[in-house]
Amino acid sequence: MNIIVCIKQVPDTNEVKIDPVTGTLIREGVPSIINPDDKNALEEALLLKDKYDAHVTVITMGPPQAEKALREALSMGADEAVLITDRAFGGADTLATSRVLAAAIQKLPYDIVFAGRQAIDGDTAQVGPEIAEHLSLSQVTYVEKVEIEGRELTIRRALEDGYEVIKVKTPVLLTAIKELNVPRYMNVKYIYEAFQKEIKIWNSDDIDIEKSLLGLGGSPTKVRKSMTKDVKGKGELINMSPKEAAEYAVAKLKEKHFV
Amino acid sequence: MDFTFTREQEFIRQMVREFAENEVKPIAAEIDETERFPMETVEKMAKYNMMGIPFPVQYGGAGGDNLSYIMAVEELSKVCATTGVILSAHTSLCAGLLHQFGNAAQKEKYLIPLAKGEKLGAFGLTEPNAGTDAAGQTTTARLEGDYYVLNGSKIFITNGGVADTFVVFAMTDKSKGTRGISGFIIEKGYPGFSIGKKENKLGIRASSTTELIFEDCKVPKENLVGQDGKGFGIAMKTLDGGRIGIAAQALGIAEGAYEEAIKYLKERKQFGKNIGAFQGLQWIIAELDVKIEAAKHLVYKAAWNKDKGLPYSVEAARAKLYASEVAMDVTTKVVQLFGGYGYTKDYPVERMMRDAKITEIYEGTSQVQKMVIAGNALK
Repeated sequence: MNIIVCIKQVPDTNEVKIDPVTGTLIREGVPSIINPDDKNALEEALLLKDKYDAHVTVITMGPPQAEKALREALSMGADEAVLITDRAFGGADTLATSRVLAAAIQKLPYDIVFAGRQAIDGDTAQVGPEIAEHLSLSQVTYVEKVEIEGRELTIRRALEDGYEVIKVKTPVLLTAIKELNVPRYMNVKYIYEAFQKEIKIWNSDDIDIEKSLLGLGGSPTKVRKSMTKDVKGKGELINMSPKEAAEYAVAKLKEKHFV
Repeated sequence: MDFTFTREQEFIRQMVREFAENEVKPIAAEIDETERFPMETVEKMAKYNMMGIPFPVQYGGAGGDNLSYIMAVEELSKVCATTGVILSAHTSLCAGLLHQFGNAAQKEKYLIPLAKGEKLGAFGLTEPNAGTDAAGQTTTARLEGDYYVLNGSKIFITNGGVADTFVVFAMTDKSKGTRGISGFIIEKGYPGFSIGKKENKLGIRASSTTELIFEDCKVPKENLVGQDGKGFGIAMKTLDGGRIGIAAQALGIAEGAYEEAIKYLKERKQFGKNIGAFQGLQWIIAELDVKIEAAKHLVYKAAWNKDKGLPYSVEAARAKLYASEVAMDVTTKVVQLFGGYGYTKDYPVERMMRDAKITEIYEGTSQVQKMVIAGNALK
C-alpha cells in the first residue's frame, strides 16, 4: 500500500503578522511547525504503516525552508519526502496550490492520499478536496476513524452533530481532523536517519502543469484586505460557590439577551 | 569556535521537550509524593529510542552523540529530576560502561537490549563503608571453576529495585588494593543476588535507590568486564561520563525552577503590581540567569569533548561541581521568590529544591570533584 500525505509548514503563533501591501503572511521570524491537522493525517498514515507495512511519502509545496517540516515528518517515521518548490509558486491561492500538489501526486504511486482538514494560517479547508477533484478521486473529509479491509475503507466522518459511516474504495483522498488520533513524537533514531535521507526537490519543470496556472497569476482569489482580530477585553474572574456562580452566569446571559 | 547545535540536536531537544511536557510533567508530583517508580515512562522512552541515544545502531542504540543524550537528560530534568536520573544511570553508568569496556559477546548479550530499552540498567560501586573512598570495597569475588562467587553488599544503587542488568564491582584480590577490584555483569534473578532496603529519600523520591545483596552469588566467568583487577579504572572512567549526565540533570533542575520563577514573577501581584517589577527581585533573576548560562556552557563543553574524543575527566568534574551548586542555589532562591506558596506542594519548586541537593552528592560529592580538578591542576 502506498500512502501520500500532504503537509504544510505553518507559523506557530496566533499572532500572525500580515504584510499590509500584499495581504499575505509574513513568515520570517516566526517559528514554523507542521500544520496540526496535517500531523493527524500523517499519524494515521504511520499507523497504517505500522499495521500493514504501507509506504508513506510526505509532500509539501512551500519555500526551501519547508524542508524542516519534511525532515520532522521523516523523523516521525515517514519513508520519503518530496519538496515542491519554485519562486513561480509564490502567492498561490488554494486552487493554484492544489493544482501543483495534484500534478506532483500524479508522478507518485498511491492508494490513499491524506491531507489535514485545514491549515491554521489560511483556514480554508479547500486544498484537500481540490486535489481530489483535479485527480478525479473519491474523497472523504472530516475523517475521525479509518478501518481498512483490502481495497475497501470504512470511514467515520464527523458532522457537526453526529457522524456518518462511509464505505469507499481506494484510490481515495481523506482529510483528517484532530479527533482521528494523537500524533506520535519524533523518534530519536529516526531523527538521525531523517537527516541521512535525500529529500526529492521538484520545481515547476519537474511536474506536468501549465505555467500560467502557477502562483499569483494562476490564483483567482484576490485578497482585498487582511486584518488581525481586535483583542477581546480581559474576562471577569469571579470567586464564589458553584451555585452562586451558576446564578451569576445566568443573570449575565439574561442581561445580554442570550437566554 | 562554533556554538550552533546540529539539526539533529535541535530536533532531539524539541522532541524530548514535547515528550517531557506531555508524558513526564503531568505525573511528576504524584510519583514524588508516592515514591512510585514510573515504569510507564521508561517504556515510552524505549519506544522512542531514548534509552540508547549515544550508542551505535548495531548495538541497539539510536546512533546519536553524547551531547544529544545530555540534552535529553536536561530536558527531562526540567520537569522531573527522577526521570532524568533514571535515564542517566541507565545510559552512562550501565550501557555506557558496557559500550566502552564490554567485549563483543557482552555487547551482543547485554548492551543491545539495554540500548533498545528492553532492559533497564544499574551500576553498583558504593558500599556502606566505601563511598568517596571507593577503593575500600569489601564485596568479594572468588573464582571457582567457571564462576565467580560474590559476597557482600552495595548501597544507594540507582534503579536498584527495577533494573534487569547490573554492573557490580568486587574485590578479586584484597591484597592488591585498587588493582584487586573487578567489574561483573549481574542479571536480576541470579541465585544469591537479592535487593535489600529501599531508601526513603529527600528528593528524586520516585527513583528506586536500593541495597544490593550478594550471598554466594554465582556469576558466570564470562561476565567479568575487562580484565581481572582492572575494575577500579573502569568504574572511575565510567563515572567521568556519568558526571556529565548528573551535571545535565542539575542544569535541567535549575532551568526548570528558573522557568517557573519567570512565570510566577509575571503573574503574582503585591503592592498593586507584578512582583517582577521590583528591582530587588529582578537582580536575583539576573544573577540566576548568568549562573545557569555558565553552567550550561560547562556541561555542553564536557559532553562535546567526549563526542570529539578529547579528554573530559576534568571537564566533567567542573561541570558537575558547578551545575549542582547552581541547581541548589537557583532552586533555593526560587522557593524564596515564591514566598509561602513556594514552600507548599501546590507548586513544583519545593520538589525541585529537594531534588537539587542530591546532585551535589552522588556520582562523586562536590568535594570529590574538587579533588579531581585540583589534582589535575597540581599534577
